[in-house]
This record gives sequence, structure tokens and C-alpha cells, in this order.
Amino acid sequence: MEDNNLEIEKIYKIIDDMVDKNEGLIPILQKSQDELSYLPVDILKTISERMKLPYHQVFGVVTFYSQFRLKPQGEIIINSCDGTACHVRGSKRIREAIEREYGIKKGETTTDGKFTLEIVRCVGCCSLAPVIVVGKDTYGRMDSKKISKILKKYKK
Amino acid sequence: MKIKDYKDLEKLRKEGLSSLYPSKPKIMVGMASCGLAAGAEETYKAISKEILDKKLDVILTKTGCLGFCQMEPLVEILEPGKPKIIYKKLISNKVKKLIDSFITGRIESDIVLARVDREEILIEKSVKNFYSNKIVNETDEEVNYEISDKLKNEINKIPLYEEIPFFKKQTKIALRNCGYINPENIREYIARGGYFSLYKVLNEFSQDEVIEEVKKSKLRGRGGAGFPTGLKWEFTRGARGEPKYIVCNADEGDPGAFMDRSLIEGDPHSLLEGMLIAGYAIGANEGYIYCRAEYPLAIKRLNIAIEQAKEVGLTGKNIMGSNFNFDIKIKQGAGAFVCGEETALIASIEGRRGEPRSRPPFPATAGLWGKPTNINNVKSYSYVPQIILKGARWFNSIGSEKSKGTMVFALTGKIDSTGLVEVPIGMSLKELVFDVGGGVLPGKSFKAVQIGGPLGGCLPEEKLNLPIDYEPITEAGAIMGSGGVIVVDNDTCMVEFAKFFLQFASDESCGQCVPCRLGGERMLEILTRITEGKGELEDLDKLEKLARVMNQGSLCALGQLTPNPVLSTLRYFRDEYIAHIIDKRCPAGECKVLITYYIDEEKCTGCGLCLRHCPQNAISGEKKKAHKIDTKYCIKCGVCKDICKFDAIYTE
Repeated sequence: MEDNNLEIEKIYKIIDDMVDKNEGLIPILQKSQDELSYLPVDILKTISERMKLPYHQVFGVVTFYSQFRLKPQGEIIINSCDGTACHVRGSKRIREAIEREYGIKKGETTTDGKFTLEIVRCVGCCSLAPVIVVGKDTYGRMDSKKISKILKKYKK
Repeated sequence: MKIKDYKDLEKLRKEGLSSLYPSKPKIMVGMASCGLAAGAEETYKAISKEILDKKLDVILTKTGCLGFCQMEPLVEILEPGKPKIIYKKLISNKVKKLIDSFITGRIESDIVLARVDREEILIEKSVKNFYSNKIVNETDEEVNYEISDKLKNEINKIPLYEEIPFFKKQTKIALRNCGYINPENIREYIARGGYFSLYKVLNEFSQDEVIEEVKKSKLRGRGGAGFPTGLKWEFTRGARGEPKYIVCNADEGDPGAFMDRSLIEGDPHSLLEGMLIAGYAIGANEGYIYCRAEYPLAIKRLNIAIEQAKEVGLTGKNIMGSNFNFDIKIKQGAGAFVCGEETALIASIEGRRGEPRSRPPFPATAGLWGKPTNINNVKSYSYVPQIILKGARWFNSIGSEKSKGTMVFALTGKIDSTGLVEVPIGMSLKELVFDVGGGVLPGKSFKAVQIGGPLGGCLPEEKLNLPIDYEPITEAGAIMGSGGVIVVDNDTCMVEFAKFFLQFASDESCGQCVPCRLGGERMLEILTRITEGKGELEDLDKLEKLARVMNQGSLCALGQLTPNPVLSTLRYFRDEYIAHIIDKRCPAGECKVLITYYIDEEKCTGCGLCLRHCPQNAISGEKKKAHKIDTKYCIKCGVCKDICKFDAIYTE
């Protein structure tokens, strides 16, 4: 609980600093999400107060952009790329393999809180399609067999 | 040190040259996103370890992407007095072989891609001759070799860079530095003529003269619409209101496109210099780069570049001793495709929902914070320094009648040589796909090329003779877009393909106007019906009618062009739609509901691979005898087809 409070204090400080520097709503939301992995309602309310913006405006921005999340995420996010190049090279089959193996669908998190599966519209590595991004690591030329091996590495 | 005059710039250029062409061997690893995805990081570490272990006196550095992503990780080795040698597919376990061949001087043909004898330096018509280790005039005759005959013979066996089919027909202007310089070293950019154009305009050009030169070059915006860049600059300069802003649209949202990413990762300074020149010409002191958050490496390199430019006084106050002030900031996107539309982009920078508004007023008169704003694409800006340095007439000599210069394309999909290419405008689609891209994968046949991103269209084989230019491509039902080119073969179902784009576009609709918000959804429902074998012939008319309404009634290009993939496939591949509707059959064997998986008994060797990997245990059979799929349990996941080494699995 104490840790939690510390974390919240830290976020408040970041928000205040950024408001002082006039950094703008979207960068503040991005930074807060970087810290917390998602945007809890309390944080949104704080941002709205400190920035003197109506809450509906903050909430409107959060729900408009796909980058922002209102729910907590798993420890590692699996971003399965479904850009055009990945799509024609069979990204769907890779995604289905993950869905089968870990029992999660798009936007869902495994029960142990380890993985969250997301679909991303192109990470720009199209020439290595199909591509999958696990955490911060990008893997190219995937197939349903390779992905299973790769994810096992992260399971530890 | 801050650059105050020509002497200072020249000094940095000299420093850059000695870092570009050092007096001892240099190893460069291509470390743009695609290289990294292919394992360049591990390669870099392995090389660095070998250098330490073997106590080698070499410089290890990184560079951007040469464009040949298919061959990543790419490594270049430069030794004084020898041509530059480019190595391909150099994953970490091949590093030992590379270093051994470097030490012994033996050339390992299986890892060598090409050699470079001479390299243009882009300033004062000079080239670096790697044999003589000198910088000479472009027109100078080949200098005598200073290497042994034996080595000369060996080297001659390596194909020349410019003779590799992938590079042969390319003309690099926007990508001039990608893969040549270390993007995190401003001096190397300066060594290749960088910031000399900025110096030139600040000292020799009036604001109007810069605009005049850009107008004369006939550069058209590379974001897709092709509006003349010089004219846009003139409008913004002439608009009332202060301050004025320069914005770079680096929100490359098209799936299947990575031109801007590669350019920024490989040569961020060319974008900064272009923006600075635009700022001077238009009379702005502030610039914003709006870049996708999905491109962390591009953002990192931009930050480094901006920092370095500030250090040497190329941004900030009194740039190069003039009274021109300019600052550049980065704004990160937050994952909304529609923010590529300029008014939505402005809304997003201002911290609002990225919803487009109707134009006019155009951003040139009322843009960021309601002030006159010039918005160009990354590539448009990065052409500008070269246009200033080499002149509008030089730029005019490249390209087609109506559109000058080159166009950068991302070649992907079912094509042999995937990667990033830059070709003169006016080249035929056929040359692009078959000569540069090497055609489709072995054993497959070409079906269509999708050009222009999710709002573009699919062009069939009979349209391959079209020149790549704004007007002819639009007439044929596609758009130039920002440069994504995706090739598909006979395994791709065109109805499913159109559905994929429509799904994307309707997901990304901002929801403001009805034709786009509902039209996309309704079209998607119809297409889903067709791919599930529940379509009717009238559906095709309904699709066309909806497309018309969306095209005429939507506020921005997203809604207007969303029907494009459907219209173009209906135009060129109508028979596939009809096969789905009448025969309840998917000719390409892709639409799940309409197909069944079978094993070809003649081809099956009974190796058991599919049997072991089938998630449903739907495959049975004895070892070394043909296997069988039990369709009752088959979920059509396609794993068996993916892993079969004998091509024995087929769909019907």
C-alpha cells in the first residue's frame, strides 16, 4: 500500500511539472501511462483539475486515441502486427496460435497477469512480415511454430 | 562550438569526412528498425566482442537502412585503399566468419552482397574513390588500383552495388544518406553536403528567392495529394497573422508503409534542414514534427539530431551568424490514423481529439493555434536541401512531364525483394515490381499490386504498364498515397483483401460524419456476408452505391477514399466476388467458411510434421504413409499448410 502511495505521489509530481512547463494534454497522458501502464480514473481526474480542463475533454481525448488504456495490462504486451504486409503474409495464423496457446483474445490478459495480446496496425517493419513485438523486442519473419518458442522465453 | 560562418561549417565538414572515411578500417552495422528486427543488435554486440577478443584496431559504428530490408542485417566494411564491401543477412552466428575473412582478406562469397568502388559525396560534384582513398571530381577517370592483382581478381568477383538489380534502377535523393552515414553524428551529415544549403539560403537568398527556387523545382508534396510544395510555401508566407508555424507530418499511419520511418532513422538531419529552410522562407521561428508513437527509434534519433543541431548553433537564435531564429519540437502521436489528415493533426498537436474539420480555411491561413501553418510530409522537406544545393534545373531533369524528382516506395507483400526504394517518377509499375522488386516469390503468380495504403486501390496485371505518377495512378482507381506498395499473388483472395482495408478504415473513422462512420460499417457487413458465402448479386450494387455516397458526402479524405479498395477490386476482380456469391467458392482458397483443407496423397510423404503440430489432433496417419485430415475436427487454422515441407496441403 505504501508503495502504491509513493507511486501516486510520483505521478502527481510529474503531472505538476509538465503542467508548469505547458507540455499539453497528450504528452501528460502519455507520460502518466508510461509510468502506470494504464490510466486510472483518479489520475484522469487529477489531470483535469491540474490542467483546469473539463473532465469530459480529458476523457474524450483518452478514448479517442488507441494508445491510451483504461484497464491495467499484463506484465508483457504482445503486439501482433496486422499491417497490410503482415496480413498478406499470414499474421492471422500467428495471432490464432497465440490465442489458442494462451487462451486470450485481442485486448485480454492471461490469468497469471503475464501477457496481454494487442493488435497493432503496422510497426513499419513490413519487409520482415509477419512481425510480432513482445515487450520492446521486435521479431520478424514469424510463423506459428516460432512464436510459441519465443513466448516461452518470456514466461520465465 | 557554434557555427558562425562558412569556415566553421567547413571545419565540421572536415571532421565529418574523417569520421566517414577514417584512416583505419571501419565496420558499419545497419541499425534501423528493420535491421534491428532481423537481429542487428546481436550482430553489433558480437562484432564488438570479436574486436575486443582479437584486439583489432577498427572502428565499429552504426548506420541507417540501405533499403534492402530483405537482406538485413546488413554490415558494411570500409578499409582504406579497398572498395567498401556490403555483407548480407549477417546474423550474429556469422560474425566470426565475417571477422575471419576481414583478418585474412579472403572474400566469403556467401555473405557478400556487393562492393562500392566510388561513392558520391553530394557536394561540389565530388566522389570518394575507395581505391585511391581520395576524394576526386565526379568526372575524373578511374584512378589506378593500388592493390595486388590477386586481390583485384577476388574483388572483381563481387558484384558492383549499382549492378545489383534491386539498386540498379534506383535514384536516391530523399534517401541519399540512409545507410551511408551514422544518423547520430551530425558531422557525417555535414560531410555529405548537409547544412550547406541552409548556409546558402541564409547568405545568398531572399525569402522569396527560396520559394521561387522550390516552385521552379516543381516539387509536389509527397504526403500523397501531390500539391506543389513551393505554392504552399508561398500561400503560408503571404498569409496574414503572426507567428507562423512549420509542421512536419511524420504520422505515417498507412499499414504497409515505412518510408518516413526509415528516412528519419537513417538521416534525421535532412528533415531538420528542410524544415529550417522552409522556416526561413516562410518567416516562421517554430517547427513541430508530429511523429507516430509507434516509431520509438525514429523519435529517439530525432531527439539526438535536434540536440546536436542545437549544440552547433543550427537551431536556436542567430543561426549561422544570421538573424534567423528557429526551434524544432517533437510531438508524439497517440495512435490515430486520421491524424495524418492535416487539420486532425493540428487538433492533436493542440491536445484535442484528432477530428478533421472542413477546409477552407486551409492551414496555410489558419492552422496551428489558428495561425498560418505550413504542413509538409517528411520526404517533401528532405528533398529541399538537395534542390537548393544542386538547383531546380537539376531536380527538373528527373521524373515525368508533370511530376519531377523521385518517389520513395516501400515494397512489401508477396514480392521477392522487399525493402525501401527510390525511383524516378514515371517509371512503370512493371519495372518497379519486377525489375527493382524481383517479381513475386518463386512458384507463385502475380495477381495485383496495391498502391496508396488503405485508401488506395488494387491494380491488376494489365495495368502494370502504367507510369507511376499522380494522375495515371488515380485514373486507374488507386492513389499515389505516401508510397506503400504491396504485391499479392494467387494465394490472396481479393474480396478478403478489400475487407481487410475496409476493416482498417472503418476502425479508424473518427466518427464525426455520418457517411464515413456508418457507410464503412455497412460496406463491411456486406463484404463479411460475401466472404461467408451469404452474399447476393444485389450486394455488389449496394456496395457501389454506398461508395458513391461516402465519396461525395464525407468531410475528409479518410471517408472519401475508404471505398477505394472495394471499388478497385470490384472493377478488376469482379469475377472473384461473383465466385463467392454464386458458386459459394473462394478461388484463392482463403475465406475460411468456404474452404476445406485436404492432404494431397501423392505429395504427402507421411513425415508426421503436420500431425504433431495440429492443435486439434485432426490429422491421422501412419508414418511414411499419406496422412488424412478429419474435416469434422479441423478448425482451418492453416498450421499444417504453413509447416508442410512438401506442399502437400491444399484447400478447396
